[in-house]
Amino acid sequence: MSILLDRSSRVVVQGITGRMAQFHTREMLEYGTNVVAGVVPGKGGETVFGVPVFDTMKQAVAATGADSSLVFVPPPFAADSIMEAADGGIRYCVCITDGIPAQDMIRVKRYMLRYPRDRRMVLTGPNCAGTISPGKALLGIMPGHIYLPGTVGIVSRSGTLGYEAAQQLKDHGIGVSTSVGIGGDPINGSSFRDILERFEADTDTHVVCMIGEIGGPQEAEAAAYIQEHMTKPVIAYIAGLTAPKGRTMGHAGAIISAFGESASEKVEILTAAGVTVAEHPSVIGETVARVLAKRAA
Amino acid sequence: MDIHEYQAKEILSRFGVAVPAGALAYSPEQAAYRARELGGDRWIVKAQVHAGGRGKAGGVKLCNSEHEIQDATNAMFGRKLVTHQTGPEGKGIYRVYVESAVDFGREIYLGLVLDRTSQRVMIVASSEGGMEIEEISANRPESIVRSTVEPAVGLQEFQAREISYALGIPANLTQQMVRTLQGCYRAFRDLDATMVEINPLVITADNRILALDAKMTFDGNALFRHPQIAELRDKSQEDPREARAADRGLAYIGLSGNIGCIVNGAGLAMATMDTIKLAGGEPANFLDIGGGATPERVAKAFRLVMSDENVQAILVNIFAGINRCDWVAEGVVQALTANPVDVPVIVRLSGTNVEEGQKILAKSGLPIIRASTLMEAAERAVTAWKNDRKQNTRMRAV
Repeated sequence: MSILLDRSSRVVVQGITGRMAQFHTREMLEYGTNVVAGVVPGKGGETVFGVPVFDTMKQAVAATGADSSLVFVPPPFAADSIMEAADGGIRYCVCITDGIPAQDMIRVKRYMLRYPRDRRMVLTGPNCAGTISPGKALLGIMPGHIYLPGTVGIVSRSGTLGYEAAQQLKDHGIGVSTSVGIGGDPINGSSFRDILERFEADTDTHVVCMIGEIGGPQEAEAAAYIQEHMTKPVIAYIAGLTAPKGRTMGHAGAIISAFGESASEKVEILTAAGVTVAEHPSVIGETVARVLAKRAA
Repeated sequence: MDIHEYQAKEILSRFGVAVPAGALAYSPEQAAYRARELGGDRWIVKAQVHAGGRGKAGGVKLCNSEHEIQDATNAMFGRKLVTHQTGPEGKGIYRVYVESAVDFGREIYLGLVLDRTSQRVMIVASSEGGMEIEEISANRPESIVRSTVEPAVGLQEFQAREISYALGIPANLTQQMVRTLQGCYRAFRDLDATMVEINPLVITADNRILALDAKMTFDGNALFRHPQIAELRDKSQEDPREARAADRGLAYIGLSGNIGCIVNGAGLAMATMDTIKLAGGEPANFLDIGGGATPERVAKAFRLVMSDENVQAILVNIFAGINRCDWVAEGVVQALTANPVDVPVIVRLSGTNVEEGQKILAKSGLPIIRASTLMEAAERAVTAWKNDRKQNTRMRAV
């Protein structure tokens, strides 16, 4: 098993005719992802690598049975595309787009509440690398070959730092059940806690590796959840120990503004919740290996 | 994006928030003339810089005559104002705002922010205005009133009334307070702000609610739909290197250390800085060149990092995913061949085709120090920097 994404996922790419979207659609197809449709208003009837393109999400879902979507739409139109996916009956949506206005995301999150919980779409991102269930399907822009199939769940705000963790796990011969990028924006679809809940419920995930950074309350919220509800070991790394207060560090969300938002405070809070924190990024792989070995013993 | 106080007041007054009468000046003479235009016999002159804490730093002066205004502004123009928010280099004063002084009683703190827990706009207010919100939450946390706004319907009157009553504002001023709160919320929402702060909001001797100071910050991602806000950008208030980097699509923040960093991805860039610190060095900058890491971007990044004269070693850390390491290595070699640098360069590549990338670096004949893990790269960068520094000192001693 895996979370959010597997071999049965039927994927629609929103904005499929763009240059980057085409490149990554080909990568996803080569990985074995079941890409069944694309949606671009005004381009219905075209095809991209044999994938049919539709004008609207409702048409795409009706014709292909798509249940997952990848949003590759420029920032001014991305929020609209996410809402179209939610209304079109998509179950899981990944938004790659970087640079969506924060208030657009507030509206998206409010809009998604219109649907009862059992019909509500799950959103990860925006401004993320996507999600991969190794050996099954890839919904995003990450290099598929750095992930071995296995039992470690990865959840990360940062793209390349998440790759770094996956590569280190691979170097230790450790595989991944699913890796989820939640993105670097202040208002995002799913939090660390949301993803941790799914890993806790997933029988094939044995430990979770969480990659956080400065800024925002989501690491501290995750710590509270881990302490009270998680039975699986969690390994964390938090980037930004040297980040100055009050400065945005690249990610729109990476800014320290309140207690519990600096890297050292997050490390402290997570450690107190029983999380094994890797001291520096080069030891993420060996820290996970150590925890797995202890668990096996 | 930050704007000046006078600009924030102009915007907020359009949304129904009352502000004192005031006018902008670019010289001491103009400041004195503005005072005469405003009338009265007491004025406040305020240095316009993108930072808080101006009062304590000497950027706000009460003046009782045009003469005093000339003296006060003479001391301001062209100077760098150093406050607890500007850093030691300060921010240049090129504009001064002249306002009619007002007599007031109570001071209130009012702020609107994006609350990341509720993922909504939150109003934060306190009856203890005049202090910084950090001080208030440390000393008088019970005085803070919070209220989140439902985005589908906006700020409701009952919420604004609740805030007004909780702050203990006299009943005859409730309507004015409601208008002020709703004006701030509408400005925040309509213009894609990320922060509106009025500190202090005062009750004047003649029973008016007035914004004595105002700060607004806007969402850089939303400026495409607010060209009139984008025009308010003042480059004189930005770090020149950061502004130049931003214009080239690179996220750069200058720091005070000696080891320059070139990294793809913000999280990995922060992790690289942390590892340098752990290895006993200090990073000179944060720099995210983006996911792509094309040869052009690598070359731009080298030029940008080398423009900081404190840089004594450069650490390049690239995770090549979709781009292969051999391609990134070619980019590094091209950049260093075209623009040789006189400090040690440490390169750590990871990801696709890492062996081929290492071979290209080795074969280039350039004095590149290679590393396989991030920790190793950081240790080598710190060692190289220390050796380089010793050599330089020796040369100077001879």
